Formats: sequence, C-alpha cells, structure tokens
Amino acid sequence: MKRLLTATAMLLATAAMAQAEGELQLFNWGDYTSPELLAKFEKETGIKVTVTDYDSNDTALAKIEAGGHGFDLVVPSANYVPIYVEKGLVQELDLSKLPHHGNIAPEWVNVDYDPGRKYSVPWQWGLTGMAVNQTVYSGDINTSAIFLDPPPELVGKVNVTPEMNDIISLTTMYLGGELCSEDPELMKKVRDKLLEAKPKWVSMDYGMTEKMATNDVMASVYWNGAIFRSRLQNPDVKFGFPKEGFPIFMDQVMLLADAQNVEEAYKFLDFIELPENAALISGFARYANGISGSGEFMPADMKDAPEINIPEEFKSKGVFLKTCTGKAQDYITAIWTELQK
Amino acid sequence: MADRGFSVSRLPGFTPTAMLVFVALYLPILMLVAFSFNAGKSVASFEGFTLQWFVKAWANDHVKDATLRSLVIAVVAASVATVVATAAALGTTRRKAFKGQTFIYVVINQPLMVPEIVTAVALLIFFAQIKVLTGYQGLGYLVTAHAAFCIPFAYLPIRARLEGMDLTLESAAADLYASPWQTFRFVTLPLLLPGMIAGFMLAFVTSLDDVVITLFVKSAGQDTLPTYMLGQIRRQITTEVYAISTVLLGLTVVLLTAFFLLTRKKD
Amino acid sequence: MASEAETRQVAASTRAGWLLSTPALVLLAFGAIGPLLIVVVYSFLLPGKYGNVEWGFSLDAWRGILFTRDIFDDTLVLADAHLSIFWRSVKLSTLTTLFTFAVGFPTAWFIATRPQKQRAFWLFLITIPFWTNLLIRTFAINEIIRSEGLLNTLLLWLGVIDRPLEIIYTDFAVFVGMTYVYLPLMVLPLFAAIDRFDMRLLEAGYDLYASRWQVLRRIILPIVKPGIIAGSILVFVPALGAYVTPRILGGGKQMMIGNFIELQFGQGRNWPLGASLSVTLLVIVTAALLVYVRFANRDREVNHG
Repeated sequence: MKRLLTATAMLLATAAMAQAEGELQLFNWGDYTSPELLAKFEKETGIKVTVTDYDSNDTALAKIEAGGHGFDLVVPSANYVPIYVEKGLVQELDLSKLPHHGNIAPEWVNVDYDPGRKYSVPWQWGLTGMAVNQTVYSGDINTSAIFLDPPPELVGKVNVTPEMNDIISLTTMYLGGELCSEDPELMKKVRDKLLEAKPKWVSMDYGMTEKMATNDVMASVYWNGAIFRSRLQNPDVKFGFPKEGFPIFMDQVMLLADAQNVEEAYKFLDFIELPENAALISGFARYANGISGSGEFMPADMKDAPEINIPEEFKSKGVFLKTCTGKAQDYITAIWTELQK
Repeated sequence: MADRGFSVSRLPGFTPTAMLVFVALYLPILMLVAFSFNAGKSVASFEGFTLQWFVKAWANDHVKDATLRSLVIAVVAASVATVVATAAALGTTRRKAFKGQTFIYVVINQPLMVPEIVTAVALLIFFAQIKVLTGYQGLGYLVTAHAAFCIPFAYLPIRARLEGMDLTLESAAADLYASPWQTFRFVTLPLLLPGMIAGFMLAFVTSLDDVVITLFVKSAGQDTLPTYMLGQIRRQITTEVYAISTVLLGLTVVLLTAFFLLTRKKD
Repeated sequence: MASEAETRQVAASTRAGWLLSTPALVLLAFGAIGPLLIVVVYSFLLPGKYGNVEWGFSLDAWRGILFTRDIFDDTLVLADAHLSIFWRSVKLSTLTTLFTFAVGFPTAWFIATRPQKQRAFWLFLITIPFWTNLLIRTFAINEIIRSEGLLNTLLLWLGVIDRPLEIIYTDFAVFVGMTYVYLPLMVLPLFAAIDRFDMRLLEAGYDLYASRWQVLRRIILPIVKPGIIAGSILVFVPALGAYVTPRILGGGKQMMIGNFIELQFGQGRNWPLGASLSVTLLVIVTAALLVYVRFANRDREVNHG
C-alpha cells in the first residue's frame, strides 16, 4: 500500500512539473503533426511542444468546452471555427505578434468562416473525392456516381468513409441541391439515393490509404492526401474530383481563450507561417497548406501530384463544408441513422 | 488423486476444444509479431526481415511516452481496484444477508452496465469542473477513472473464489486462538490469492485496453497508447505500433515466466 | 423473535459488510456513478445547437428512443432504425456469450484439471494475448479474415474454396471479433470456480453409475454456477456496449448500441437522446442483473435448505 501511495505521489508530481516554462500544449488530429517541425521549433526557440491527439472535431470541441483541459492551441476544421468563436472558446489574435501573417495565401485570407484571418492560422487543407483502382474500372472517375450509382465493375467494391457531413454533402450536390438544405423533398431524395446505393458498398470505413494500396478495396470516397500516399505505393490508384461538387476542408490553428502559454503560442503560430516550415507540415501528412511560397520547399513528389493540385476545370466545384443547424442538422442525423441501422 | 488411472475429471472433447482455443488465441498474435519484422512498408504481405520498425518506434517520443503512461496507469489502477475489490468481496460474501447487500453488489457492477461513451461524457463534465476549481490537471483523474471501471473486473473473480471457499479452515484457525488478522493473513489470503491474481490481471488488461474514457478524461500531454492509436485510425495502424506491441508482448512473457518460475520454486 | 445475541450478530455483520465495501463504493461514486447523475439530468434537457445541451426541460429525448417524428411529414412513427440497432446488439451479444461459454468452459476445465504446478502456466497462456491492446488485436483479426488475408489465402491454396470468403464487414465478423476479445473474461471466472471444485464429487457420481453427461449436468454445472454467472455478465454487458470491434470489423455499415450512442454525442449532436438511450440501456441491464442475483440467491437457499 505504501509503495502504491509513493507511486501515486510521484505521478502527481511529474504531472505538476509539466507546467514548466518554455512549454506549449498543442491539441491536434492524430498523426497530423510533423515531428521534424516540432524538433526545428524547439531548436530555434527552446520551447518544447507536447502534442495530444484527438480523432474528431466533436470530441475536441466537447473537451475544450468543458474546460480545465490545459491546452494552448487547437486545430479545428473550417466548419467548427465559427463555433469556437461564437462560444468564446478562442481569443482574437494580436496580429502585431505575428509579423509573418501576410504570408497566408491571398485566397485563404478572406474565408467566410474567419474573414481576415483574425482568429486562425492555416494548417492544412484538402478535399474529399473518389479513389478508384484503374485495373478494375477505367471510365470517368470525376463524379460522385462512383459511390452513388456505381458502374457494374465497382458494385460491391466501393468503400464509403463514415463521415456524415462529407457523405450527405456529396449526395446533396450530386442531386443538384444546396448544402444544409431544409427542403424536405430534396432531403428525401438524398435519403432514398443513399439507401439505394448502400447495398452496392463493401464497407463504411477509414484506413483506406493501406487498403487501396493493397487492392483490398477497389474504390472509395476518401481524402486526397491519403490517396496520394496510396498512389505512391500502388500506381493503379487514381483520384477523381466529383464534377457535381466536392467538399473542401481546411484545418487551422486557433489560440484558446484559457491558454496558459500565450507567448509561446504566438511564437509557434508565427513559425508555421514561414513557407519552409509550412512545407514541413505538408511533407508529413501530404496535404497542401495555405502559406504562399511553401511550394518550393515541398518534397519533389508533391509539387506536381495530381491529387494535391486541383485541375483548373474542377477548381470551381469545391465547396466549403458548412455547419448545419436546426432542421437541416435533424435531417442529416436522421438520414445517417437510417443508413446505418 | 484424481489424475491417476481412470481420470474422472476428463470429459470427452474438452481437451481438443481447449487446444483449438489456444491455437486460435495465438494465431493473430503470431501474425502481429511476424509483421513487426516485415521489411515491406505495408502490413499486407511479407517482404523480408528487418528491425527498422523497432528502431523507428524507439525514436518516436510520442509513442514511447504514451506506452509508458499506459503501463503506469494500468499498474496503479489495477492495484487499487484489486485491493478495494478484495475488501468489498470479503464484505459482501460468506455472511448473513444484510441490508443493502444487493445494493452494494449492483453499485460495484455498475461500470459494467454502462457503455464506455456514457461514462466518458459524464466524467468529462464532472472532472472538468474539478480541474477548473482546483487547477490540478495531473494523471490522478485518469487513474481514478481507470481504477473505478476496473473494480468489477477484479471483484467478480474474487467473489467467485470466495463464495465456494471452505469455512472450516478459518474456524479451525480461530479455534486455535489466531487473531482475525492472523486468520486473514495466513488462511484466507493464501486461499484467495488465485482469485486476486485473476482479478488483478483482468483489471490490468481492462485498463490497458481503454480508449473512449481515456480520450475524454485526458488533459494536455496525456496520450496513452490506445488514444494514440485511435488518433491514427484515419490512416492505418502503422508497423511501428506492431513493433511496440511485440516488445510489450516479449516483456510480458519474460516477466510472467520469471514470476512463474519464482513461485514454483517456493512450492 | 430473534434473540439479542442474534440481533447483535446481524448488526455486526451489516457494519462489517458496509465498512469493507466503503473504499470501493467511494471510488465508484467518484469515478463512475456520481457523474452518471449528470447523464440522467441531461436526458431531460434540449440539445444544443453544436452539441452539448441547452437548459430547458424536455421529454423529446425520451420519446425519441422509441418514436421518431418522421422528418418529412412530421407524423410520429415507431423508430424502426433504433429498434433494429437494439436487436442487432442483443442478438450478437447473446451469441457471443453463448459461444464464449461453449469454448471457454472446456478450456477452463482443461486448465483446472492440470496438475497443480502446471495450472499457473496454462492460465498465463490464456492471458498473454490479452496483454496486447484491444485495437491491435482487432486489427490482427482483420488481417486474418479480410478478403486477401491469411484465412482466405490458405483456403484458396488448399483448394477448399475457389473464391475468397466474404467474412469481413459482416455481422459474423463482429461476432468472431467479440468472441476473441471477450473470451478470457469468460475463462478466468470459470477457472476460479472450477478450481475449487472437489473432484471427489465426480468419483461419487461415477460410483453411482451416472453417465458423463449426467455428471456434467447434475454435479459440475450447479457447482460452478457462480463462475458461469460472473463470466456471462463479464462478456454480455461489455459486448452489448461494444464500440471498437463493430467499428473495425463490421466496417461501420451496421451500428450497435455503443456506436449509436456515440453518434449522438459526436456527429449527431443530440446529447439528450444519447443520454436517454444510455439510461435506458442502464435500466434494462441493471434490472436483468437484479433478477439474476435474486435468482442465484434463491437457488442457493433451496439447495442448502
């Protein structure tokens, strides 16, 4: 029993020590933070960054909202940014402490969810599209029909990623509707389309980087950066941009209202606004970032990767996911539940 | 003894079934070990022998920290759970039914009844209040939560062991003027030990496996191996993680073998 | 009327019982049960716009368990999606419990009938795989049963089948996974119960010309019953709320209750419904457990009376 108490006391002591100077607590998606970036930052500033992982925006939000978490920075997706702001969970950035804020690429400065980038610094962005193994199907893959009206070759072989918002959005756009619609007729069509397509899917799962590379799954709704990594292992894998419209996501770093290491946090935010450092972020998780001039520091295989560089004709088809509320959200949850019953 | 000659304890088909169970148990584990030495980048096919994943895992501080933290939490939580569960089992078995006995039984087993996600959300809200009030954000919360949900896992095997235990030995000890403590220490405890070991092991494994509650309770910098892996679920479990599992497995086998040999000598 | 001594004895027993249980109860009150009151409260509130709750009394979450307002024509209909999720969970958990018992009992028996010195060894052998993390074990099973996995490759090579068996991403895969994951939770309590079983009873049974089946049915099973009850609870209940296994092996196409509740607290943003579903599950399982305990106790009284 005594040994037990000693052990517990030691644990508590180590935890208290973690609050030492030169610390920064980053709350980020799992496997999304380049260790090289952190090592470089520590070398230049002496600040040690501790990363803690989460696996969904909702978990992260719930933890931050509950309080007492000890984090300084969080990396929410675009549609969650206004929620953090509205709930007062983040602080407005003091731009005088971010001399390189101007490095943010012009198209990423005035985004609707944070006009003028007063609250956030871009981390990475990507999109949800179609991954198809060319040996099985070589027709047009730039369409959501890959999973909603699969060609005969792909019936029973398509995976659909279990992201409620991505899937409902892709389907809504495929049917020509607006996102977050409260029109029951449209949502009924969305539901019917998904229910009709579901028997033609093999699974609703993550982990497609591997499964596409190993030919376990022949087609999937998935993220471009992940499929880029599959293609490096298996050249038969190709990525399509749905012409009916596809969701774009961007994750950005925000400074929490109850952050304890504010000065360190500003140093980090400014650090990742330098192109050579933003390129490190991209080089690790394989998504594009929103910092001008980072292209020349990127790994060679990323510069002209067809997954990362959206072809001109599809650029206008990308749509930012919105945070639906009220009736629209009720429709979405009900459809999703019915889809998985 | 029962093992000599016609063995009354043998029941037809039991031994083959048990053997099949052992094979089935070890097949996935052996695969995992094999893949941690796989030279190929993917876990899909075996492409030759390598130790690179072990080197990589060792170099990855995040993984190392998380593994260590998982082990520390599991040891402390399982120990606490076993001690309090033993006391509770002694209190609720082998005595005249008393007021509140069923209530205690139900309360102790409650963590089993609740899906993890529910406890997780409840604890998130509850602990967050305490964290804000006290400013303390250490591992204590995780240890408390783990110890609590480990209690029934320790309690049930101990209780099962106690329920059928022979009372005569203890009465004999008491007749020989052994104090209640001596009786407990030299008679009850040794008889109870297999149940306690089973309980501790179940509790330890349960703590080591927990994902959801840990995810919601952890503060900054408190990733455990499972939450680290869950964070990777969008990619795929990497070979590094298989390598860590192999190391942990090897460590377990070594420790258990040592423990096994030591206790056998004492007999 | 009870004598004074007897009354005193009962009082002492009650005091000791409570005293010994107090540490466990305090820990549970802090780390598990107390916080659940929050969940009960939440089930009577309104869902917040972005998750969490809004303070306002509502019974919507409770009605939402069985009925759903049809999102399109606003009529109140039976929520068949919810019912089929509940049914799948109960079915798979029951099958898992039965099957773990079917293979776990012979295994526990086998271990318990080894010579004293070997028992610890076999016991460790059972637990070792489970010192590996649940997520990793589940992924390992995934590697075995997937279309191009070990099992299919082997069967194809042997010529038993001519095209891969489609096991992965089915209810069957979830069943296999849960059986694998929860097996030791059945074997260990069974072992603890069989281990203290007096084998001389068997000899007595055979001396009285009982068949092996009769011995099993009439002597062994009644005596190891506490172990069976403990094992069944330990397997059934976690299986009912399983989250990781259905998500990985079921391919996420079909939810179980655990995933459904998680959906409400996560992407679904309906915390009150998640809370009311949780409380419902809790009430059902607690009621079942109470009946179980009463049943077990009554049985014992009859045996000894």
